[in-house]
Amino acid sequence: MLGFFVGEMIHSLFLINLSGDIFLEKHWKSVVGRSVLDYFFEAKEKAVNPEDVAPVLQTPHHYLISIYRGKIFFLAVIQTEVPPLFVIEFLHRVADTFQDYFGECSENVIKDNLVIVYELLEEMLDNGFPLATESNVLKEMIRPPTILRSVVNTLTGGTNVGDMLPTGQLSNIPWRRAGVKYTNNEAYFDVIEEIDAILDKSGTTVFAEIQGVIEACVKLTGMPDLTLSFMNPRLLDDVSFHPCVRFKRWESERVLSFIPPDGNFTLMTYHVSSQNLVAIPIYVKQNISFFETGSCGRLDITIGPKQTMGKTVEGLMVTVPMPKAVLSVNLTASQGNFTYDLATKVLVWDIGKLNPQKLPNLKGSLSVQAGAPKPEENPALNINLKIQQVAISGLKVNRLDMYGEKYKPFKGVKYVTKAGKFQVRT
Amino acid sequence: MYCFTEVLYHGKNHLISCNSAEKIMFSQHNPLFSVDGSLSSRSQEFLCIFLCACTSIICCSSDCHCVTFFLNLHQHSFYYFFYCLQENRQFGSKMTDSKYFTTTKKGEIFELKAELNSDKKEKKKEAVKKVIASMTVGKDVSALFPDVVNCMQTDNLELKKLVYLYLMNYAKSQPDMAIMAVNTFVKDCEDPNPLIRALAVRTMGCIRVDKITEYLCEPLRKCLKDEDPYVRKTAAVCVAKLHDINAQLVEDQGFLDTLKDLISDSNPMVVANAVAALSEIAESHPNSNLMDLNPQTMNKLLTALNECTEWGQIFILDCLANYTPRDDRESQSICERVTPRLSHANSAVVLSAVKVLMKFMEMLPKDLDYYGTLLKKLAPPLVTLLSAEPELQYVALRNINLIVQRRPEILKHEMKVFYVKYNDPIYVKLEKLDIMIRLASQANIAQVLAELKEYATEVDVDFVRKAVRAIGRCAIKVEQSAERCVSTLLDLIQTKVNYVVQEAIVVIKDIFRKYPNKYESVIATLCENLDSLDEPEARAAMIWIVGEYAERIDNADELLESFLEGFHDESTQVQLQLLTAIVKLFLKKPTETQELVQQVLSLATQDSDNPDLRDRGYIYWRLLSTDPVAAKEVVLAEKPLISEETDLIEPTLLEELICHIGTLASVYHKPPSAFVEGNHGVQHKGLPGSAGSAESESPDAVSAGAATEAPAAVIPSQGDLLGDLLNLDLTPPATTGPLPHSGGMQMGAMDLLGGGLDSLLGGDLGGSPAMGAGFGAPPAAMPPAFSAPVSGSLYDLFDLDNGVGMPLGSFCPPKTVWLPAMKAKGLEISGTFVRHAGVIQMEMTITNKAMSVMTGFAIQFNRNSFGLAPAGPIQVPSPLSPNQNIEVSLPLNTVGPVMKMEPLNNLQVAFKNNIDVFYFSCQYPISVLFAEDGKMERQVFLATWKDIPNENESQFQIKDCHLNSDAASNKLQSINIFTIAERTVDGQDMLYQSMKLTNGIWALAELKVQAGNPNYTVSLKCRAPEVSQCVFQSYEAVLKN
Repeated sequence: MLGFFVGEMIHSLFLINLSGDIFLEKHWKSVVGRSVLDYFFEAKEKAVNPEDVAPVLQTPHHYLISIYRGKIFFLAVIQTEVPPLFVIEFLHRVADTFQDYFGECSENVIKDNLVIVYELLEEMLDNGFPLATESNVLKEMIRPPTILRSVVNTLTGGTNVGDMLPTGQLSNIPWRRAGVKYTNNEAYFDVIEEIDAILDKSGTTVFAEIQGVIEACVKLTGMPDLTLSFMNPRLLDDVSFHPCVRFKRWESERVLSFIPPDGNFTLMTYHVSSQNLVAIPIYVKQNISFFETGSCGRLDITIGPKQTMGKTVEGLMVTVPMPKAVLSVNLTASQGNFTYDLATKVLVWDIGKLNPQKLPNLKGSLSVQAGAPKPEENPALNINLKIQQVAISGLKVNRLDMYGEKYKPFKGVKYVTKAGKFQVRT
Repeated sequence: MYCFTEVLYHGKNHLISCNSAEKIMFSQHNPLFSVDGSLSSRSQEFLCIFLCACTSIICCSSDCHCVTFFLNLHQHSFYYFFYCLQENRQFGSKMTDSKYFTTTKKGEIFELKAELNSDKKEKKKEAVKKVIASMTVGKDVSALFPDVVNCMQTDNLELKKLVYLYLMNYAKSQPDMAIMAVNTFVKDCEDPNPLIRALAVRTMGCIRVDKITEYLCEPLRKCLKDEDPYVRKTAAVCVAKLHDINAQLVEDQGFLDTLKDLISDSNPMVVANAVAALSEIAESHPNSNLMDLNPQTMNKLLTALNECTEWGQIFILDCLANYTPRDDRESQSICERVTPRLSHANSAVVLSAVKVLMKFMEMLPKDLDYYGTLLKKLAPPLVTLLSAEPELQYVALRNINLIVQRRPEILKHEMKVFYVKYNDPIYVKLEKLDIMIRLASQANIAQVLAELKEYATEVDVDFVRKAVRAIGRCAIKVEQSAERCVSTLLDLIQTKVNYVVQEAIVVIKDIFRKYPNKYESVIATLCENLDSLDEPEARAAMIWIVGEYAERIDNADELLESFLEGFHDESTQVQLQLLTAIVKLFLKKPTETQELVQQVLSLATQDSDNPDLRDRGYIYWRLLSTDPVAAKEVVLAEKPLISEETDLIEPTLLEELICHIGTLASVYHKPPSAFVEGNHGVQHKGLPGSAGSAESESPDAVSAGAATEAPAAVIPSQGDLLGDLLNLDLTPPATTGPLPHSGGMQMGAMDLLGGGLDSLLGGDLGGSPAMGAGFGAPPAAMPPAFSAPVSGSLYDLFDLDNGVGMPLGSFCPPKTVWLPAMKAKGLEISGTFVRHAGVIQMEMTITNKAMSVMTGFAIQFNRNSFGLAPAGPIQVPSPLSPNQNIEVSLPLNTVGPVMKMEPLNNLQVAFKNNIDVFYFSCQYPISVLFAEDGKMERQVFLATWKDIPNENESQFQIKDCHLNSDAASNKLQSINIFTIAERTVDGQDMLYQSMKLTNGIWALAELKVQAGNPNYTVSLKCRAPEVSQCVFQSYEAVLKN
């Protein structure tokens, strides 16, 4: 009778760059005209930063759900009531896969690998249902491009599409392929913690929490069954696991028991909430002020160690987005280098290692556009730092045991603490 | 930057040497560079591909057939790269696909065609790749269809996949050609390799061509029973695809039953896909019972939940959420099995699990230990969602907003995670702010205020404004904090930042309303900023303050006079406010301001084109001239307090949204029915067992929810339907005395002003929307019986639950000719629709006006707005002899496919007999869709009426109707329009009515009947305003019948 379709999950995908060019489109069902994107472009036009474009937009006939990654908007067009998180998660997974395949997720790289990209999208989504999103499985079906393989393929007429059945797809452990073999069996775990914090003017912690992640690199032969236990599992009350982790055992014994995927994967993420006391490794003394007259201001920042667990703070860096009226800076740093970007009005002070004996200091004057009113807003300081060999929450791995295989694997655990969204208000 | 040293290429005709970057200009953004003109286009292409791929070229040398490049690549340290040039100068490098875009010449298609038909496999594949690449960037390469399809018969899996990709894209536009591919598909479905079987069945489903679908059935049936689960799970999705193309076919072939069987499959992935497919199919059949959830299937789903992929878990969880547990024990056991999903890394899984838990929690007794445990378990995953990517955060925050309204206890200790970081995207900032206010309580208000003050100094104007408003909302919400909030606001006013000052004044006005006679000392500070106000809302607020507290402001007359100068340039909001303020001033200080008031009245009445302003001016004028005492009582009446939470979601909507956590509806905070968009049905979900609990749990939720979004809403005393509906700030029940009706002049004015009065007066609140446009009762003349204290008895009086008996027969419009005999080879059909005891019947008279006998009658409907479909085949005792007619009654259901029609109640029918198939369309009265359970709770009615935006309201006149209101009410009840309350004002009967369509859309109505006036007025409010016209037609039809 009449042409009338029920839409599926994700109808179409558009990749759009910052200047608004659509450089890839993929339609899983009927073709959706590009005009639908006008609503997106309108929102993009309005937004001050590309990050500020709202992720869910409503148009008369469609919904546009987008994410912004690697200076690209991944935009999904949907027609029916679909969980938006589902779509957003999927889009991030697409971006992750590109990253994984091509080493980076950028417009150029995608353009250079369009056919692989297209094949990947086809494998990842069937009629709007996610099909294969595990990188292990995808790589069995579509091999990532390497220069060497390209040469071989050119010479032999080979292809980069596997004709193997993705074996993992069929087993109850879809994340691991069968028949893995290594000569050196090794399992490494990186415990990475990021401190998200807001400190107020006086240095008091307004809010602080820790986002932790355990990244694993497991290269073990066969079907190893691993058990990872912690010295102080009680710290972990808010956790998200890779699907391989047996939740029951965690609930009852507080150990991580799992058959790992092959290669690199995120074993778990955790979150130590603001209700626990979070150690703040540094303190910041700062004063940024503008004078009512004379079109200038002062800046004085000193950073010192606070709760560093006896380790050295490295990679210390301070970023200050200055008010738009600040024309130039005239500063001296006792340690490290600073730059002031005139276009973006961002002051970056790269300090490096924090020496507790000689605290780094940056001070001097700021010159403000003549005649401009005294800036109203107070710039916030963004801090980057890194502390090796310690997880600031105090989390420690106790031991790693392997069952199911005979050989002795090489094991290692590394800790590192970083600043996440670490802000100091002025 | 790339560094180019030297390229030598020795071809047949050219010897090119480029010595440095001088001759080759290029940019990183554009892979096409301009090269020395002596290069052929081919060579240019070659160079450009090459340079894009390499980070830098150290050197190169050449011989006759082979150029050797030494490359230095960033990521893979040193690779020796041998680049082979074939004899025929095929620069077929695999290094990058960008070469496929370097030519856009006209002959491209022609060239590709030749390559596609080449004998060489490799060349063929390269050509297909080029075609795909063109397709990817949106070029039209459909002209190559036959050539590409020819490449399909190959053993090369990659080539096959590429051709499949192409087919899926273009089959629709070349249906006849697509048939060519069918045989290969059927063959591939038998392939020993399950990967190929699955690929074939998957691709076939994506080819949206009717002709192909028939060939698809047999292979699909086999694949659904395939031994390999990978094939089965692919086939399950294929059923959904096929259903989308041809629903009838899927049902006829019994695929739905096979799909249901797959729910019991041993492989969790197959189960998950079967659930996903069934859910998708069910969405186009809103009322069908496809997903028949019973304890056994629930158990299977819960088992599969633990083992399937993350995406499958989402499908299963969303499906679980539709189940209604039998008792609290079952509820608890489901919750226990779903809880582990809260620890999943995929946020969509987490949110779907939260939905299931939030819903089933309703069933659990509050004193159960497990209930408390569950509440505690819900907080951490929600907090974790906030550390994800900003887009995910946004969706999570929108949902958390719902969750904290429903169960504030879950996150009451987690205020800090909602603190705004300065580099959060603006959409995240605004949402966080909203939730902070919802969570604000006496315990944490100090911290919240400190934060809000911090935000008020940020850069982003929208955010700063919202932060300032938030401070005001805190003051109103947490009484203990009011003083601090006011002093914070004063601090902010001192900053003199223009927009901050204006926002602050707007919110301070609300604080004055909430805490009268407490903070008026700050008025002096506010007045200092009078000149800087340039936004209407802020000006109006300031004027309101000046007028309201005129007696405390020495120079109030001067201040107001200063506004008066530019009276005609002000926005309506400010003009109205100024008018009222000056009248207030006059009533307070009559001696000094007589001139001023005359001036403003004449400005408003004589020089203004705005009817609202003029009418309000006249009312004041007459009030003041006839009865100054009454004027004082009206204008200076004590105002009701404003509510605490001004933007709570209406409770019924909130319940529904909680059942839709994680969906688009939850992001937009709109009911799922607002997302109908003509192409899928609506399933209304309600929280189990929550009807009573909502009220017992939070007794003030309803009244709070009833408040409108306008910043200065009136708090109705609970249960005061009339006061609430009228929204009359000027007549607080307590002070309204039985004012005399005397004075013909005054009454005349009232009559003159008719229905618009309340909206004028309601507007005094600074634009708070008036409710019905038709409440013609002048407030001063409101009978005392309608003041709050007696409203309880009023409710009883007008509670029509038991008072009105069901009228005898249902309303049945007369039959009309749908299909005239001359258009249908002698077949004539006339008919009508009627609803009897919940069943919709299509009553038809079928007449044979032809010369021969008619047999083989059948009927079918096109998709229509409400999914009407015949509940069974048409029963005509054939044959129908010439000149014979027969009465047929066809029962209908509303589970058919849905598509929005124009007009909404249009139904396209295909009618078949032995002669031919005839098509006609008819319109059904929408009243046949009014469900028997369309009587809304009174409180819900109130809240819903207010919650539906005013632009959704439409008003209609019914002329020449001579029924009294009781008779009208009875008649309307016969078509399931239920009267919820009724009142009489000045001889006008107001009936408040509700009705519910079969698809769950509610319509609310106010019917105004005036004794002696044959014209009725119906005001209709509905979330889907397009139904209003149809509803009105039903009113008219039944009332005039």
